[in-house]
Amino acid sequence: MTTTDTKPTRPWAASPRDRALTASSVLLSLAITVGIVLGTPMKGKLAYFFVFLITWLIVDSLYVVRKFGAKGVRDALAAKITLYGAVVVSMAVFSILWATVDEGVAGLNLAFVTENMRNASFFDPIGKGGVLHAIIGTLVLIIISIIIAVPMGILTALYLTEIKGKAAGLIQFLVQAMSGVPSVVAGLFIYAAIILNTPLRASAFLGGLALSILMIPTVTRTAQEVLNLVPRDLREAGLAMGATQWKTVALVVLPAARSGLITATILGVARIAGETAPLLFTVGVFDGYNFNPFVGGTGTLPTVIWAGLGAGTPEAAQRAWSAILILLIVVLIMFVLARTVGSRQFKKK
Amino acid sequence: MEAQTNTEKNGTQMSEKNTTTPSSLSDVAAKRAEAKVAGTAPLGTGLEARGVHAWFDKHHALSDVSLDFSAGTVTALIGPSGCGKSTFIRTLNRMHEFIPDTSMAGQVLLDGKDIYEPGIDVTKIRLQIGMVFQKPNPFPSMTIGENVLSGLKLAQLKVSNQEELLEECLVRAGLWNEVKDRLGAHAGGLSGGQQQRLCIARALAVKPKVLLMDEPCSALDPGSTLRIEETISQLSKSMTIVIVTHNMQQAARVSDYTAFFLSDGGPGQMIEVGPTNEIFSRPRDERTENYVTGRFG
Amino acid sequence: MSIDAPAKVIPQARKITTKPRVSDQIFRAIVTGFSFSALVILALIAAFLLLKGFSTLRDQGFGFITNFEWNVTLDESGKEIADFGLQAMLVGTMVISLIAVVIAVPLSVLTALFLTFYAPERVKRILVTIVDLMAAFPSILYGLWGLFILMPMAVYWAELLHKWLGWIPLFDVPQPVFTRSPFIAGLVLAVMIIPIITSVSREVFAQTPLDRVQAAYALGATKWGVIKAVVLPFGANGVVGGSMLGLGRAFGETVAVYFVLNIVFRSNFEILFSQGGNVASMIVLKFGEAGETEIGALMASGLVLFLLTLVVNFIANAVVNRTVKSGR
Repeated sequence: MTTTDTKPTRPWAASPRDRALTASSVLLSLAITVGIVLGTPMKGKLAYFFVFLITWLIVDSLYVVRKFGAKGVRDALAAKITLYGAVVVSMAVFSILWATVDEGVAGLNLAFVTENMRNASFFDPIGKGGVLHAIIGTLVLIIISIIIAVPMGILTALYLTEIKGKAAGLIQFLVQAMSGVPSVVAGLFIYAAIILNTPLRASAFLGGLALSILMIPTVTRTAQEVLNLVPRDLREAGLAMGATQWKTVALVVLPAARSGLITATILGVARIAGETAPLLFTVGVFDGYNFNPFVGGTGTLPTVIWAGLGAGTPEAAQRAWSAILILLIVVLIMFVLARTVGSRQFKKK
Repeated sequence: MEAQTNTEKNGTQMSEKNTTTPSSLSDVAAKRAEAKVAGTAPLGTGLEARGVHAWFDKHHALSDVSLDFSAGTVTALIGPSGCGKSTFIRTLNRMHEFIPDTSMAGQVLLDGKDIYEPGIDVTKIRLQIGMVFQKPNPFPSMTIGENVLSGLKLAQLKVSNQEELLEECLVRAGLWNEVKDRLGAHAGGLSGGQQQRLCIARALAVKPKVLLMDEPCSALDPGSTLRIEETISQLSKSMTIVIVTHNMQQAARVSDYTAFFLSDGGPGQMIEVGPTNEIFSRPRDERTENYVTGRFG
Repeated sequence: MSIDAPAKVIPQARKITTKPRVSDQIFRAIVTGFSFSALVILALIAAFLLLKGFSTLRDQGFGFITNFEWNVTLDESGKEIADFGLQAMLVGTMVISLIAVVIAVPLSVLTALFLTFYAPERVKRILVTIVDLMAAFPSILYGLWGLFILMPMAVYWAELLHKWLGWIPLFDVPQPVFTRSPFIAGLVLAVMIIPIITSVSREVFAQTPLDRVQAAYALGATKWGVIKAVVLPFGANGVVGGSMLGLGRAFGETVAVYFVLNIVFRSNFEILFSQGGNVASMIVLKFGEAGETEIGALMASGLVLFLLTLVVNFIANAVVNRTVKSGR
């Protein structure tokens, strides 16, 4: 019989006093850090950073030991060190992102995305020549890879989730093994199997084949997860109505998993969009447009970057950064798409 | 001893669960009250809950519970499922706050000091208020001996004679004879009842003043249950025990006091508390009477 | 009148067979056939690499793995004399992959612990996105970043390491050339494999049985105490498996290493010095100008690399699967 309205509280949450103490320990550590760095021959932002990390570790431990003893200090140290680990990892990522944007933006201009390198060389200044051929080439490769890898990946996943035959364990193992194939080996294989044995020569088609080897395991794994999420009742309902298995799969299961399968495709594309090594063996480097995927090399973003770095000039390096900025944008778009489509899949459930 | 013949008598009555008349339960409780020997160890002033509320996010699960657990007593918390007994017992050792988005109100006083006071060292509180869970949970990566002493290691307490303490705790938990030759064996090989007694020994090693037990026997067979109930009776001489139980016969067998919890669709509340034999023979509240006579729950 | 209870005979279970309809049989055949493609592809890879690399393997014998020389020369009569030895590259691959694992595993485990036990909800979501993003970065991006951004800093650190710890043979150098060293390659690889080790570790940590965690807290353990007593013993297997997956990835990395490592056919354990090896990058390096004999050797190298990564990944997956299933 409560007559008054008691307010819920959280006595275990950090109180203002706790926060003030933490703030003061941070400030104190900052002050000491600045003192140390200025007083010693260390230099650079990173020096401040590392010294601060160590200083705060010590200062805060002194704060804690008074109230909580040695046990508390260990706990506080663990909390900080795990935080530091996460911070270092984040810093690496931000460094990569920042560098790409910072360096790449300088080389972006209209010419860059509308021309190819046919009439320009690596020594020409920015503004002459572009990577449109490479963008198109990468897109062509992606399309070819999707056409080859997605059906195979989904069919393999279907075997594992729908048919579940005796070979399922073996197939599962093989898919895992396939996901470990180094990209170099994939390219080398296509070269050995096709270029050395048949009249076919370097082309986008071969590149797509090599990339498919890398893409199939990713698609299979994601598709498998997604298909397993389709509730069993749906399948049983289909079968109970007298539908054959393939009709159930085609008309009930696959549509139910549709957005997840799209996610699987997108993740597969993200996996191969930036691959360079396989292309070096199967596609080569090419300056102009080539709309025939079966004959002749084509430019792709990764190989253009590769060639640019090989040339060694500052202009080439600039082009490389700008090209990779474009490539990164492509990958990021894939990434965001995969997440939004994927989450819609799970929200529906 | 009288306590043991009660158990035998109870054995025949246990089979008629929901139709047990209040008089037989109260017989058991009354006999226990007579047989109980007063505690001798200094126990502090016990544990007291004052106006405790608990929320899960916005859901008000427990409302205004005040209970005074006197030192050296065993208190049983009874009531139908979902009325907040487990939630309440978890506010007593500050385990409630581990669930995300929970909050509470009120005070829980151990020896007169509020355990929820800001700035207090929670881990020290949990050393003084131990807990035994419904499902036995020994640490599988440790041996039996290491399990018992794990509390010391976690709290980094230095003890002069670990082997003595190990034996003492296992004896008090009623497990010593069964494991004394295999203290180095892994804890996973024990039966359910043995594992639960191991957990009790583990809780005892840090010398708590209060032991909270959340349905400790509900996952065990009747034989292990009785062994543990014996242990509880022994332990109550030197500590305060709070036990949540679904089994009214168990409450009658082991507890000095019983508190009845009920939720009428809203937050759980403590309806009535009193000496066990009174709760079962002359409950003051009609709802308590309905529950103990088996009309619901 | 007594009724004899008839002897109870328990009938045998009937065999239920369903003969699938023709359309389903076709369906199953197609699906099964395509899923064996994985087997076919792997087998083909091994077969063709072996085919093209066979003459090299036959000529070099076991020395292919153990020798250090790699050159093709013509003797007086114009005949090719070839020496192909992978040991320097194999050793180099191990060295940089080990450096990568040594750096990446602590960082990944710390990050996984932070995400599972310390991070507030919003921070957790952002950080998880960041780690997933890392996994999506193309390897050539890591190569670029490693070459232009990380290298200057890493050279500075290498100089410091050499200055203070140069008395340890590992950190000694014959000449003060610190660029494009195994150390730097290891650093770049470490950043590349952190996402996968972190993901696997996170998965394992999140599965720690709640009852054990609660038992530890109820005994008065701090959060770190719980992690040490319950989470880490439980998750050790998974972390090892994840680390091996990362190791396998590091073995096969090509382009990222290519830019930040100076490939020299000599086993170099002085990791700060500008000399190293990596089978995958070597293949790419030599491919451009390789004649027929050398291509054969490169194929054989590819085969060795393929088998190596296959073995490592097989072990890694076995370990990870065991943890996830058994839930010890």
